[in-house]
Amino acid sequence: MTTTTHSGVSTTGHATAVAARATDLTKVYGQGETKVVALDAVSVDFRQAQFTAIMGPSGSGKSTLMHCMAGLDTISGGSARIGDIELTGLKDKKLTQLRRDKIGFIFQAFNLLPTLNALENITLPMDIAGRKPDRAWLDRVVETVGLAGRLKHRPSELSGGQQQRVAVARALASRPEIIFADEPTGNLDSRSGAEVLGFLRNSVRELGQTVVMVTHDPVAASYADRVVFLADGRIVDDMPNPTADMVLERMKGFDAKGRTS
Amino acid sequence: MFRTALRNVLAHKARLLMTVLAVMLGVAFVSGTLVFTSTISDAYQASSQKGYDNVDVAISPRSQDSHSGAPGAVPRLDQKLLDKAAKVPGAASATGTVSGFTAIADKKGELIGDGFSTLGGNYFPGKDGQDARYPMRGGTAPKGPHEFALDAHTADKAGYKVGDTVRISVDGPVREQKLTGIFTTDDGTVAAGGSLALFDTPTAQKLFATPGGFSEIDVKAAAGTSQTALKSAIDKVLPKDGAEATTGKQLADEQAKGIAQSMDGMKNGLLAFAGIALFVGIFIIANTFTMLVAQRTKELALLRAVGASRRQVTRSVLLEAFVVGAVAAVAGLAAGIGIGAGLRALMSSTGATVPDGPLVIEPSTVLASLLVGIVVTVLAAWLPGRRAAKIPPVAAMNSVHATATTKSLVVRNTIGALFAGAGAAGVLVATGMDDGKVVMGGGAVLLLIGVFVLTPLLSRPLIALASPVLRAFGIAGSLARQNAVRNPRRTAATASALMVGLTLITGLTVIAGSVQKGIDKMATDSLKADYVVSMASHTPLSPDVAKKIAGLGEVTASSPLRNSPSRIGTDTAYLTGVNGKDFGKLTRLDFTKGSLGELRGDRAVVDDVTAKEKGWQPGSRIPVTYEDGKKGTLTVSGVYQGNQMINGIVLDNATLAPHQKQITDMQVMVKTAGGPTDATKDSLVKALGKNPAISIADKQDVSDGIAKMFNLMLNMLYGLLAMAVIVAVLGVINTLAMSVFERSQEIGMLRAIGLDRRGIKRMVRLESLVISLFGGVLGIGLGVFFGWAAGELIGGSLSTYELVLPWGRMGIFLAMAALVGVLAALWPARRAARLNMLAAIKAE
Repeated sequence: MTTTTHSGVSTTGHATAVAARATDLTKVYGQGETKVVALDAVSVDFRQAQFTAIMGPSGSGKSTLMHCMAGLDTISGGSARIGDIELTGLKDKKLTQLRRDKIGFIFQAFNLLPTLNALENITLPMDIAGRKPDRAWLDRVVETVGLAGRLKHRPSELSGGQQQRVAVARALASRPEIIFADEPTGNLDSRSGAEVLGFLRNSVRELGQTVVMVTHDPVAASYADRVVFLADGRIVDDMPNPTADMVLERMKGFDAKGRTS
Repeated sequence: MFRTALRNVLAHKARLLMTVLAVMLGVAFVSGTLVFTSTISDAYQASSQKGYDNVDVAISPRSQDSHSGAPGAVPRLDQKLLDKAAKVPGAASATGTVSGFTAIADKKGELIGDGFSTLGGNYFPGKDGQDARYPMRGGTAPKGPHEFALDAHTADKAGYKVGDTVRISVDGPVREQKLTGIFTTDDGTVAAGGSLALFDTPTAQKLFATPGGFSEIDVKAAAGTSQTALKSAIDKVLPKDGAEATTGKQLADEQAKGIAQSMDGMKNGLLAFAGIALFVGIFIIANTFTMLVAQRTKELALLRAVGASRRQVTRSVLLEAFVVGAVAAVAGLAAGIGIGAGLRALMSSTGATVPDGPLVIEPSTVLASLLVGIVVTVLAAWLPGRRAAKIPPVAAMNSVHATATTKSLVVRNTIGALFAGAGAAGVLVATGMDDGKVVMGGGAVLLLIGVFVLTPLLSRPLIALASPVLRAFGIAGSLARQNAVRNPRRTAATASALMVGLTLITGLTVIAGSVQKGIDKMATDSLKADYVVSMASHTPLSPDVAKKIAGLGEVTASSPLRNSPSRIGTDTAYLTGVNGKDFGKLTRLDFTKGSLGELRGDRAVVDDVTAKEKGWQPGSRIPVTYEDGKKGTLTVSGVYQGNQMINGIVLDNATLAPHQKQITDMQVMVKTAGGPTDATKDSLVKALGKNPAISIADKQDVSDGIAKMFNLMLNMLYGLLAMAVIVAVLGVINTLAMSVFERSQEIGMLRAIGLDRRGIKRMVRLESLVISLFGGVLGIGLGVFFGWAAGELIGGSLSTYELVLPWGRMGIFLAMAALVGVLAALWPARRAARLNMLAAIKAE
């Protein structure tokens, strides 16, 4: 098995194993006339200890790809794997366990339970699993996202940026094999957004975490090691070491194509 | 704005379902009660009208002025008067009637019926030899002292045929009578499931009245003579003081009025329970609209932003409530009419025959039901409507969820504490008062309101108590606990709805249990006798019974209890005659002054209440006028604490008997050598000729009888309060379903990060359980307090009263609250577990 399916992609070097892989992944919504192909035989690898951004215009299928890879949505055809585990055919219970134990999530909003304080929210996946959190690791994660003084605060007492940092800490705390982030900075001002993205990049660089992020913001994508572009349910480009300008240029191409075709 | 309101109702119809159901149940209760009572009332009135078809004028004895002459004497109507009445111009015929208690034994020798509705009367043949009131279905009319006729309903039930010999009893001794005829009748007692036996007139007169006497004479008018004309003709032949005539119409009207009155009582009782159910419904309606308004904050703010005034916003919410109330009221009315019809069918199927008649749905019933449903709903939505108007227009633009302010809880808690404190103080003060009913009632209402207001405050500490248990359920348990206290007001309103029902149920159970114990104690503690012998109907026994018992070998002591009216000064007082020699061996009376000694001659003992009232002391001399008009003097030898069985002036039968016209015993107390055993009872039963009309009860039987009465009453109350509990269950379902809807994003997130469906279900179920148990604990606690307080009041008039806490039942009530929680969560938990997590996460 090869470690790459796309040429010219450089990794950060210290890991080349695949954390998640889609092979001919297809997702179809509806039937007959209302049938919509959201993902059309997509094949992509997400390598360990790499920060991947998924980009594409609205309706390109980027969120669907993430949902399918993360076991949040069912798969119509092809295969999706987290590590060695094939997601197709898994029953809800197994899938739930998989999400609990192997995957971390950061959503655009409503990441936190308002009844729990920051620390309780961070340890929630482990509480669900009935596992004791690794104290030293937890401290390090909390330290990294800079929440040490706010652990006893309820979400309503935290700013939007702080809330997303709690979400990042929660995703990191259980040391999942992979973290999926869905527009994590969508609701934040640019400074808070930059902070959260910085933490995500640091978690990859320093903690060896694997992160896959869906975004439509070229600046956010520039924090990633690699950008995968989707359009009309297909992967159309794969850009290593992106900068915001490069991503913006590439996106302009989509827009132009979208308008002319 | 009306269109907006209507659209909102339609858009939220699933979320309004429980509210509609709650209002509907309350309205159905109201309209069902109204339909049922007016139907039954009309049917009874029609049947009573029919009962007087053969009566144009009734002559009945007039009781004499009790201030003169012999006390308590009832004049009798005789054959002479009957003949005179029959010959009055305009009279077609006259019927003399007598009636009284008659027990009929079934083939096993047991009494048919309950003793109160087993009647006997006379067959009074008219000119054609038939009695128009009782058409014979088979056989012939009874003749002579050894024959009788029986109503068809009873005969069929017991399997008796013409020619059978049946054991019957009127005042004690068993009579074996030949059944000569079976008749049909529309007599009200028989229609209601009683029995009626007929004898020929002389036999009936001997059994029920005095020979030759009647208890009523019914005169039928000849064609063309009006009732009033006949009445004035009859008035002329009546003796001055002894009798009075009434027209059939008057009698029917009076009876109709009586029926209407008793139906009103029943109606008001039922409506009170319907009111409780509606009151519980208010919490649910208020909760629903509060949640709807909160969920629609942006929408309402947008309305305000585009120019709707505050009043228009409030009105749109109220309009929505109006539509909901109207729909629920109409559905409730329909259901209520069904309940009314069903109840009557149920009653006739259980044997309590109700006279036939059309289903009566009065316009007032329709109006009242609709009004109640709409007014209750709109009133309950008032506060949420006002809150909706306070939403600032800028909230439409605000994407950040504004957290509910908690500062108003401080005001709320202060008010609640004041109410609850004042209420509790009122109740406590009332327990020390002689006549504290009003103070206690007011205090109870204040306390209840106070607790309603305070429930949000109480929810945190009380629910925190459950956290050690909840922690055993892992993360689902602790999330459930936090969800339960998350919106204290909503939790409080939901729990309060359940609390109302449980407070009443527990309070009534405590009171009933305690009073039962008290009465039981009073009845059995004061009694040394092993058995109490009485008629099943509580009508007087023949003195032969006491004589027969006294003659039995195993009987060591026995005494009849006799009542005789007398006059002391200007008051009528009943004298109780006993066997003075044995009285001390049969009773255990507490003497506060003097002693029982031996009752004989002019010696008498008096209960403490009478003694206090009259200022009698041991040694006081009481001048009495006996039943026969003779005067005498009694000397008080002791003052005892009266009870249900024995009170008033007690003296020796030897002193009383010479003054009595007719000697009958209310009951006979019996002490036997062997104590109460089955063998002793058997020999008593045998000695009294296996009489179906006589009940021989030992202390246990007396206790059981009392317990049965209380249980019956409690079960009825439980049944009526069940509606309030059902409405409360709807409330719990409602709150949970709406909470699940409100928290769908959270639930989606929890599912995404790894809580499985079972965990979600468990979380919702535990929240429901916690809220229900919270309501249950509050309700049971308040119920016990009210039960205790009311008991303190009752204790003043029932000296043997003693607080009984029904731990077993309280445990059942708490378990019931838990069950309510589990059941109510079934549907919301399923919904929560089935939520599409992607849709939930993405939705904003």
